[in-house]
Amino acid sequence: MTVRQRLWRGVPYLILVLSVLPIIVGYFWLVLSSFMTRTEGLLPVGNLTLKHWSFLLEPPFGRGYPSIWRVTLNTFLIAAFMTIVVVLVSALTGYALSRLNFPGRKGFLSLTLILHAFPSVTLLIGTFFVLRALNLYNTSLGVGLVMVGFEMPFGIWLMKGFFDGVSWDMERAALIDGASRLQVWWQVILPTIKPGIAALAIFAFISGWNAWLIPKTFTIGAGQQATLSVYLQNFQGETVAVDWGSVTAVGLFQLIPVAIFFIFTQDLLLNIYSGGAKGGA
Amino acid sequence: MSVSNRRERGGVPSLSLREPFEQPSSIGAWLHSRRAAWAFMSPAVLLITLFFFIPVIVLLVLSLSDLKSANFGTFQWWLPTNWSLDNYSKIIGDRFISKFLGNTLFYVLTTLAIFNFGSALLIALITTHINRRAGFFFRLLWLLPRLTPSVVYILMWRRIAARAPHGILNQFLTLAGLGGGDNLLQTMPWVFVIIVNGLIGASFGLVIFTSAIEAIPRDYLTASKVDGASTLQTIRHVIVPMIRWPILFVLTFQTLSLLTSFEQILLLTGGGPGLFRTEVWALRAYHLALSTESGNTQWGYGAAWAVILVIIGVAAATIYMRVFKFDELVEEPKIDLI
Repeated sequence: MTVRQRLWRGVPYLILVLSVLPIIVGYFWLVLSSFMTRTEGLLPVGNLTLKHWSFLLEPPFGRGYPSIWRVTLNTFLIAAFMTIVVVLVSALTGYALSRLNFPGRKGFLSLTLILHAFPSVTLLIGTFFVLRALNLYNTSLGVGLVMVGFEMPFGIWLMKGFFDGVSWDMERAALIDGASRLQVWWQVILPTIKPGIAALAIFAFISGWNAWLIPKTFTIGAGQQATLSVYLQNFQGETVAVDWGSVTAVGLFQLIPVAIFFIFTQDLLLNIYSGGAKGGA
Repeated sequence: MSVSNRRERGGVPSLSLREPFEQPSSIGAWLHSRRAAWAFMSPAVLLITLFFFIPVIVLLVLSLSDLKSANFGTFQWWLPTNWSLDNYSKIIGDRFISKFLGNTLFYVLTTLAIFNFGSALLIALITTHINRRAGFFFRLLWLLPRLTPSVVYILMWRRIAARAPHGILNQFLTLAGLGGGDNLLQTMPWVFVIIVNGLIGASFGLVIFTSAIEAIPRDYLTASKVDGASTLQTIRHVIVPMIRWPILFVLTFQTLSLLTSFEQILLLTGGGPGLFRTEVWALRAYHLALSTESGNTQWGYGAAWAVILVIIGVAAATIYMRVFKFDELVEEPKIDLI
């Protein structure tokens, strides 16, 4: 192989590396900044320090802010609530759409597909009034329910796909033996689609954990019901001189569960996001 | 007709309403089967009613009223006597309407062309033509912007664009003797708005194109090579024609998604700098009706801006469903009558 050919073979890799450079640089700076006194560009100024991580022990941005653990608990509860409800309701509905014949089934399925393509973010103004009417404005439950509702069409579609792929022999045997539909669903079918459930659960958890727009819109400020994203964002806006060190440390802290999924469920992630992604442009 | 009968016919257990089948023997059994269906369906029906149907209706009604923070609590926006189309004529007469329209078109088309479609296809082509593991690795890295919490992701970009000496890009520009070290979000906001959104959006097309390209039978590519086609010719004349449906799907889906997305713009520039420099249609609706900073919230007027996006959204989603033959996915269930 000539030198010229070798250079040509390098071009695709060069494009790939350049294309992922911003995000790599961003992550590099995030880590650097949280452990250094100060940074200028990508250069550290001062010494290695752990002081930016003191937020783990005391409220980071002064009094009046809730402690990080309170906020982390809120975020976790919202994400966990969302995961459980989305998986449960999608699995129920997906099963019915895949296996039962009832009036309105076809219409509901088309509706699910339309809603899946429909940008739910345009309904935020209407949702605001629904939450107020239900007395759920400025509550974690309200935030969780809205996110569950918006995630529903995708979840149903995904779950129906998984149920369609399950052979119905076992199910038929169980039904003939006198099991009820609900028993069949829970004891026979759900165990066979565990990978699908895992995929939807991971997707729902990450979107609940990361969410900013919906918690920000339906809660007031960074109070006791704040989530990590709202907390972190509030922090950047309010103080005149942003304490970049603490902000990056809190940001890294928020990234921990996402990083775990990123490292351990790579195949699953690439699969989910082919069907699941529609938000965020 | 029994279940086993159906199996004998095709091997594939596909049953449809179009086939004749026995009606359940008693009314009790019929009711029973419906009850099961509703037990399974009711949670989803409730959620979709609460968070899709009612909001759409509320939004429509609001857009006909003049509800704002000044008359909130006293104004009966739900009474038809208080309805009019004033908000819509107000939109048409808005001093900045051409600005918002122009911004939206520019943002959607540029981001779509360069990233959500362009980069997605390019990266999909490259990562399917290099070493498999390396390809997988780079695709995974491309997922990072989407997986990163948006607040943290925007935090990184703010730092990348910040003024000297803090800004990362400015550090390199200064070293090279270029640029005055100003905050780049002030001097070139659109560049960042487009890159920031594009890097998130491209992963959607990337994953879909990748699986489409990998599904092309190897023989076709080999045949093309044997015939002496160069890599570029193979891409142009074999690969792209074979993935035209995924391409159409990504283009339409991402157009709608970009048209209604504003979270990253809100975080990055807030629609600025200055007066509406990067304010897109969806962000305008949000600012009018849901932003608490201004103190003068106009739910009615903001809702009218949102209704226009909802109409486009419903129309587009319905059309995709027909174009992409979603109807075929709506086949009859496999077993019901036992």
